[in-house]
Amino acid sequence: MMKYTDEHEWLMIDGDTVKVGITDYAQKALGDVVFVELPETGATYQKGDDAAVVESVKAASDVYAPISGEITETNTTLEEDPSLVNSSPLDDGWFFIMKAADVGEMDDMMDEAGYAEFIETLG
Amino acid sequence: MSDILQTPLYDLHVELGGKIVPFAGYSLPVQYPLGVMKEHLHCREAAGLFDVSHMGQCYIRSVDGSDPAIALEMIMPGALQALKSGKMRYSMLLNDEGGMEDDLMVTRTHEPDGMLYVVVNAAFKDKDYDIIEQKLAGRVSLEPLEDRALLALQGPKAEEVLAALAPNVADLGFMEATSVTLEGHVCWVSRSGYTGEDGYEISVPEEAAEDLARRLLASDLVQPIGLGARDSLRLEAGLCLSGHDFDGSITPVEANLGFALGKKRREAGDFAGGDKILSQLTSGAQRLRVGILPEGRAPAREGTIITDKQGNEIGKLTSGGFGPTLGGPVAMGYVPASFADAGTEIDLIIRGKAMPARVAATPFVPQRYKRKA
Repeated sequence: MMKYTDEHEWLMIDGDTVKVGITDYAQKALGDVVFVELPETGATYQKGDDAAVVESVKAASDVYAPISGEITETNTTLEEDPSLVNSSPLDDGWFFIMKAADVGEMDDMMDEAGYAEFIETLG
Repeated sequence: MSDILQTPLYDLHVELGGKIVPFAGYSLPVQYPLGVMKEHLHCREAAGLFDVSHMGQCYIRSVDGSDPAIALEMIMPGALQALKSGKMRYSMLLNDEGGMEDDLMVTRTHEPDGMLYVVVNAAFKDKDYDIIEQKLAGRVSLEPLEDRALLALQGPKAEEVLAALAPNVADLGFMEATSVTLEGHVCWVSRSGYTGEDGYEISVPEEAAEDLARRLLASDLVQPIGLGARDSLRLEAGLCLSGHDFDGSITPVEANLGFALGKKRREAGDFAGGDKILSQLTSGAQRLRVGILPEGRAPAREGTIITDKQGNEIGKLTSGGFGPTLGGPVAMGYVPASFADAGTEIDLIIRGKAMPARVAATPFVPQRYKRKA
């Protein structure tokens, strides 16, 4: 199941295992990604903490932990090829996998249709 | 900012899909659909068209018919009196402490009175005009050219593209300028720019700017380039951004812009802040602007703290980002003179972590100006 946040992150949810990346809208807004800093495997975050950094030619942006929990895996390929965030944001450009501390945190998140509506409102 | 201004090319930027942002009081494209990275690379490989109409263009004449450069040399350290018709020079506007209020380009026009054509940074044009008019009151008159746009065509194919409209632009050498008729309009064209590439800057009547821009963009060799790539291009070329890489507290010697000090002028020191600048030339400045290459992939941005290898803060970055041509991060900043040699190992504090970097010679990417032999 896919869920989305208003910070333009996507969550691919399989029980309490949650893969996280940024949306196509987000990668377009960022522009050419030249650097990604990933969290440490084993690190724990509260929902909303800064977990990763994504940098374009012009600016750095934070990627937030969309839920509370522990980082179980990171996409280290991004360290070699950060442009995957632009070319494949929903697939090869994923950032990290978390083990959710509270799956209930995801209940109110947008589904695909809801997110599509949300980005419509941003113009 | 209450009133945000538009350049004569605003509608064209929107039509071309430019992502418009406020910059120095103007609505300008930070990038086009091509994106910063490809715009940057295209400019270095072929040619890029930049709208720099926000910059301040003005004429400066002397009140009594003498050479206006005589008065300007009081507040600028370049050998401006020596400028012959159609020659231009990079210089800077100094305060009484020898600090750089702005940098600018001064060109001798073909006018018999030796009138100078001066281009200053957009963000400081009001300040610059005030300084010139106040410091040189009664000696020079300054005429802002509000009805002219400014286009920059930069890159190795710039000559081929512009010469197709006016073959004589090929005869200009780097830092030379002349009057050229383009698409039926009299323009002032210089072989200059701020990307490190060969290219031209074209001062064009505002009503003719869009037609000229469209004509240039009609070439397959030319892409429109936004502010984002303009910044990464000038950073790779090791060129200073006024208000960032220096301000009124920094002298040309500290900013490593000593080349802009005329030889005779640096002996005489007959300009604002001359004593301080002369003493720095003799005994060295305590801090210097240097190029910095971070060793990892992480870009280090303006404001990043520079430390020695023991963790003591020694300076800050004044520009920093990713250099698409270099394929890695590039930066500039100020360090104590003892750290200014190329190769010196330093650290940059990025998100709380010390990241290794080295002082490096600039430009990071070789400049490819077409200097006349």
